[in-house]
Amino acid sequence: MEILLVLLTPLLGGLLMALFGTRRGAPEINAVMSFLTLAAAAALTVRVISRGAFNAWGEEFFVDAFNVFLVALTAFVAFTTSLFSRPYMRIEQHHGKLSANMLRLYYSMYQVFTFTMLLALLTNNMGILWVAMEGATLATVLLVSLYRTPASLEAAWKYFILCGVGIAQALFGTILLYFAAEKILGAGGNALLWTHLNAVKTQIEPTVLSLAFVFLLVGYGTKVGLAPLHNWLPDAHAEGPTPVSAVLSGLLLNVALYAVVRSKVLVDGALGNHMAGNLMMGFGLLSVVMASFFLSRQKDVKRMFAYSSIEHMGLMTFAFGMGGPVATFAGLLHMTVHSLTKSAIFFAVGHAAQKSGTQLMEGIRGLIKTNPTLGWGLALGTLAILGMPPFGVFTSEFMILTTAMHNYPWSMPFLLAALGVAFAAIFGRVQLMVFGETSGQRLPHPPALLPVFAHLALVLMLGLYIPPYLAAWYRQATALIG
Amino acid sequence: MAIPLTGQIINLCASLLLLIAFAMLSQRRILSLINLFALQGLVLSVSTAVVAYSSHQHHLYFSAALTLVLKVIVLPAILHRLIRRLNVRWDVETMFNIPTTMLIGIALVVFAFNLAAPISQMAGTITKSTLGIALACVLLSFLMMITRSKAVPQVVGFLSMENGLFFAATSATYGMPMVVELGIALDVLIGMFILGIFFFQIRAAFDSLDLRHMEKLKED
Repeated sequence: MEILLVLLTPLLGGLLMALFGTRRGAPEINAVMSFLTLAAAAALTVRVISRGAFNAWGEEFFVDAFNVFLVALTAFVAFTTSLFSRPYMRIEQHHGKLSANMLRLYYSMYQVFTFTMLLALLTNNMGILWVAMEGATLATVLLVSLYRTPASLEAAWKYFILCGVGIAQALFGTILLYFAAEKILGAGGNALLWTHLNAVKTQIEPTVLSLAFVFLLVGYGTKVGLAPLHNWLPDAHAEGPTPVSAVLSGLLLNVALYAVVRSKVLVDGALGNHMAGNLMMGFGLLSVVMASFFLSRQKDVKRMFAYSSIEHMGLMTFAFGMGGPVATFAGLLHMTVHSLTKSAIFFAVGHAAQKSGTQLMEGIRGLIKTNPTLGWGLALGTLAILGMPPFGVFTSEFMILTTAMHNYPWSMPFLLAALGVAFAAIFGRVQLMVFGETSGQRLPHPPALLPVFAHLALVLMLGLYIPPYLAAWYRQATALIG
Repeated sequence: MAIPLTGQIINLCASLLLLIAFAMLSQRRILSLINLFALQGLVLSVSTAVVAYSSHQHHLYFSAALTLVLKVIVLPAILHRLIRRLNVRWDVETMFNIPTTMLIGIALVVFAFNLAAPISQMAGTITKSTLGIALACVLLSFLMMITRSKAVPQVVGFLSMENGLFFAATSATYGMPMVVELGIALDVLIGMFILGIFFFQIRAAFDSLDLRHMEKLKED
């Protein structure tokens, strides 16, 4: 029942916004629908806390410790982003960048995007997971090209083609998975249900499954933004509207990584070796190193933080690849804190770019003078994402690094050098943007800064104190992933 | 061991698909490309129906019908309408080198057969020898997308890649579960509509559908 509510609310929202998206109150309805989704997700969470994991609808959906916290996180970030997009999109409209019809498209697709994310998380069927991931791409393509500028169209085209090709590889992987599983589970719907696959994973033919995993990793890895298939990510983040950048970084990348980890669990069971983990560590490490060196060459602020997302996704992939209780726990924690911090940064960056009239970093100066709250939001968010204590990112990165040092000492020089380069690149630039002289003008509508500080407060809390039930979930999920 | 008649028909369809994939790879004219795509859909639908008949998997008849409607009628009709309205009906792609592309294509087919060989050994289905061809079709469509610089041929390549994947699903496993197949069909259809909107946006911004105008976003 709760699952149905979680899924139907954003779908209904999408329909409502398609019909009434041009009305005056559209941003408010959008926020209300997102809030209702959050409420439904909270109800689902409460049920999982009290009753444990369960299946629904003839096992088509299932909820366990691993996906329930991602559902809650997705619904939460989707809600705060809808709060942020209310003034942000008004200001964009005021500046004449968007028309009423474009806004209708934005609100409607925003809700549909939330729906596809939640469907991908809740479904038990690896095939439907694929369908939902592809649906998420389709819902966001027109959002990336919302401004209809040549650059945004190019970014959206690249996004569509690269992710489309990538996800086609994942479909081939899913077909191979079905092919291998069908021999044990029999033809029909059950052979793609994750819970059934997980139960028989030790009997599945290992050669087919290892090939399937390669395709799945490349396919979903494209959407995670893993190097060398990351090209779409900085373009899509920089050229799309800022709320879309925030949900792409905060939610879509997480859900794609979730798909990879679900596949890894099956493959690990079937192969009994560390092949899947090694592949993930390799791609993860490559992404971390590559992204950190591109970071220092960026001029556009949203592009820079997009590369930072690649770096962090690489770090998480590396952590899940290492496996073991500490690294997996850290990977899950890092998913949570990165998603919260990065979306908070995008909120702040979005308003900063609106004030300065440019996304180029050399044009953004002295935020702390014209709007101290915004300036502090960006400064604190940046400190958090760079892994400064006491924020939660520090905790998870520390756990990942210590495990890496213990088990894979050869990776340390790469990781430390990459993190150091990233720190220098981002910190130096953000300092100039926050302090310094300014000529920025006032915004026509008051900016939404509550979501920024709400996110940062949560990240701070996770750095100092993880609530017992959350820690219990992480531990259960860790036991599940192994 | 003699191969039954249905098996021979399926193998014939598989070789036709490979042939069409090569034809698409070397076709410069957009209009002919779309017709080839429709033909590919038709062969796919026939082969799915034959697999359904020989294996008594009745849900595959439904997949065959779905393929027929979606990939032979609806998608080509949308594409035809699009190129008429965009005035690119008689466009000819000039930039790519056909002989080199064909040679790379042959190498890809060899690679695909080698990759699929161990899996084909294990397949219990009547169609197991066709998995290599399916993978080859996917890779050839991929190559086609890389070599083209215009938007419509890239999309046809994308759709034909989906055809190859569908063929892989029927040839290795007698088709995916119905709910998944419907979902995939829905995604393809929505994707096509979105691309249609997208073409008009691109043309409004660039005055052409040539993707070489869209190479501005690069790292310096």
